[in-house]
Amino acid sequence: MVNLIWVFMFVFGILYAAINGTMEEVNKVLFKSAQEAVTISLGLISILVFWLGLMNIAKKAGLLEKLSDLFKPVAKRLFPDIPADHPAMGYILSNMVANLFGLGNAATPMGIKAMEQMKKLNADRDDASRSMITFLAINTSSLTIIPTTVIAIRMNYDSLSPTDIVGTTLIATACSTFAAIMIDRYFYQRRQRRRRS
Amino acid sequence: MGLVSAISIWILPCLIGFVLIYATFKRVSTYEEFVEGGKEGFSIAVSIIPYLVGMLVAITVFRASGALAFMIDSIKPFLTAIGVPSEIVPLALIRPISGTGALAMTSDLISTYGPDSFIGRLASTMQGSTDTTLYILTVYFGAVGIKRMGDALKVGLLADLVGIICAIIVVTLVFGS
Repeated sequence: MVNLIWVFMFVFGILYAAINGTMEEVNKVLFKSAQEAVTISLGLISILVFWLGLMNIAKKAGLLEKLSDLFKPVAKRLFPDIPADHPAMGYILSNMVANLFGLGNAATPMGIKAMEQMKKLNADRDDASRSMITFLAINTSSLTIIPTTVIAIRMNYDSLSPTDIVGTTLIATACSTFAAIMIDRYFYQRRQRRRRS
Repeated sequence: MGLVSAISIWILPCLIGFVLIYATFKRVSTYEEFVEGGKEGFSIAVSIIPYLVGMLVAITVFRASGALAFMIDSIKPFLTAIGVPSEIVPLALIRPISGTGALAMTSDLISTYGPDSFIGRLASTMQGSTDTTLYILTVYFGAVGIKRMGDALKVGLLADLVGIICAIIVVTLVFGS
């Protein structure tokens, strides 16, 4: 599906540009965006190095295990494929906690470590496992308690109460995360049924 | 407000301090372990590059050609028919695809309609309650070399749809139109 979407964006974009005379714009952004992608990736180095370093300390000190223990009952239900004492669980939970507090910078390195561990659990195969899909479903539905970026923007534009959207954001995010888990379960059941038949 | 901004300023330094003090008591050789863990950061960042270049160029071509705006315009009537405010439609559609695009659009909506207007609050809530699905999938799967995503994209996009619908319903209920 990602292949189709990817090709569609290129082909439809180029065709549209051909018909509407925007080919020059397309040309201009073509290599600029490639450069931008590299800049973003390299920009991640500082964040990744710092947080992976700190995470390594937390792991060696046993903090990740403590975190997994704390959320074990919930985590076991969400990720039945992952043994409760597996390191993947610690990384998954630290990623979620970082996301909850709107610490996107800290969340990404932990999410990547979680993926790495889940890949190991999946015998190093290069297709997505059940737990990886669940993890991403929860992640992309954005579990945030304090949407710091949005609050900052609202303050910038002189909002009378920049934080009055915290409540609505929290409710909306809770609904969408719950929905994400349900949708994920539905697709999992569908995969299972297909495999059996 | 004071409390929220205070929390967001204090939380990171406190977290770092806590980990370091705790680890020191547990006799972890902190600095060495930091360097050891940090080393991985380079290879991960570099391994993401091809995935991100591929995805970002496609998105930019799609946007710069005007194809994205065209698609948004053609879906708009259907969405307005079911009660989605037309001003918010472009943001709803761009949110899962491009994080920077969505952020720019949110700022634009807030500055045009005012942060405390219905549209301003709806844009804020939508920005805060959804995430850039395509970017997250690209970075996370790219970093560990997952080539077949399974149902991940479908699940992510459907969840975004639900999130956007929830945001509209909740903001309408709380702030009214």
